[in-house]
Amino acid sequence: MTSSSWRSVFAAVVRREIALAMQQKGDVLTPLFFFVIVASLFPLGVGPEAPLLLRMAPGVLWVGALLAAMLSLQRLFAADHADGSLEQMAISGTPLAVIVMAKVLAHFLLSGLPLVLIAPVLGIQFGLDARSLGVLTLSLLLGTPTLSLVGGIGAALTLGVRGGGVLLSLLTLPLYIPVLIFGAGAVEADAAGLGVGAHFSLMGALLLLSGLFAPFAITTALRISLE
Amino acid sequence: MNNRVANWFRFASPQNFYPLAGRLWPLFAMLGTVLAGIGLWMSFFVAPTDAQQGEGYRIIFVHVPVSWMSMIIYLVMAAWAGLGLIFNTRLSGMMATALAPTGALCAFLSLWTGALWGKPMWGTWWVWDARLTSELILLFLYLGFMALQAAIDDPRRADKAGAVLALVGVINVPIIYFSVQWWNTLHQGASVSLTRSPSMATTMLWGMLIMSIAIWMYTIAVALARVRCIILERERHADWVRHAVE
Repeated sequence: MTSSSWRSVFAAVVRREIALAMQQKGDVLTPLFFFVIVASLFPLGVGPEAPLLLRMAPGVLWVGALLAAMLSLQRLFAADHADGSLEQMAISGTPLAVIVMAKVLAHFLLSGLPLVLIAPVLGIQFGLDARSLGVLTLSLLLGTPTLSLVGGIGAALTLGVRGGGVLLSLLTLPLYIPVLIFGAGAVEADAAGLGVGAHFSLMGALLLLSGLFAPFAITTALRISLE
Repeated sequence: MNNRVANWFRFASPQNFYPLAGRLWPLFAMLGTVLAGIGLWMSFFVAPTDAQQGEGYRIIFVHVPVSWMSMIIYLVMAAWAGLGLIFNTRLSGMMATALAPTGALCAFLSLWTGALWGKPMWGTWWVWDARLTSELILLFLYLGFMALQAAIDDPRRADKAGAVLALVGVINVPIIYFSVQWWNTLHQGASVSLTRSPSMATTMLWGMLIMSIAIWMYTIAVALARVRCIILERERHADWVRHAVE
């Protein structure tokens, strides 16, 4: 197996995941609507005062994005596990990590990227200005791939386990916290005039770190689940 | 040399470790009790009243040791988990499983005593400070580890899945430790440092160290006692268990 054939497998898996998702658009759209609804509930819960909402906006939008990204995690391996294609992937000549990375990338494209694109609209509802909207979008763009990578570990660990859905949230949400802190912190730091360099650097570091370790962890967890 | 290595690996088998743990745990329990007695006596009667914090600070003698232990136990648990993944030894997974409840207890006690200390000192039970929050996350990690293991019926799979989770979560422990430097907030900085002289009275320091060792010994005793139960439960079909129980 050469690296060029790994690349073609990688691209094929990404295309396959996107094609499958396009057949069931509801799976892609539901987390997105969930995000919109959660973000809309907060003004109803705490009142419509503009300064308060402005203050809360980065945190609320980030928590909403976190929960929405988590909702779609269970689908990451469940269908392939149920119909046995995951086992075929595990025993194919291509390293499982390559296939896993392709699936995680597809998960980001299908669940993370739509959240990034819709977040500015919700940000406007909370009264964020153009600059803050830009920072928020960039922080989500930098943070959601990390969510897909880290969440993939939880999805692989809870594959076929009793009460998998709730357990998945119990496992992954604590691991999401650093991303949440730096992501929402970036918008607040920018609004306070502190600059976003430090926050974005740390988020980039988290992305690199999880990109390095998550494939191994996911692969190991999948092999344990498939035993 | 070869003999000695072979002897060490002998105890990797649950059958050989069971009697060893049975001999060791009362020893550690005794050590822990004696040290806790000395530590508590020092912390209540020897250590001076703090100039700023009055008598209320004395909870430090429980708070700091359990906070340290909650982190150390996670590291030890992750180390056992890693050993189990690498060498595929059954006992390693059992040790990790045996340590988790004590770690969760320490994390919970750390948060609880911290709240009791925070009320008179800062005037609040809880602040969203980085260190408190990280300790809370650590508690969540312990609970997630235990929930994952409880949800999987096959103990070998539960061990391995828990091991992956523990190794992933271990990244969180340094974040706890360095969070003080990262986010400089309400929580006071670390008052014990290895590089400069400590900013507390020597008797206070000794009381705290003795209490830490006492809790350490307690942890070892409890983990060994618990691992004996786990061994019996998992090996209940083996012949030697029937003889051991008789």
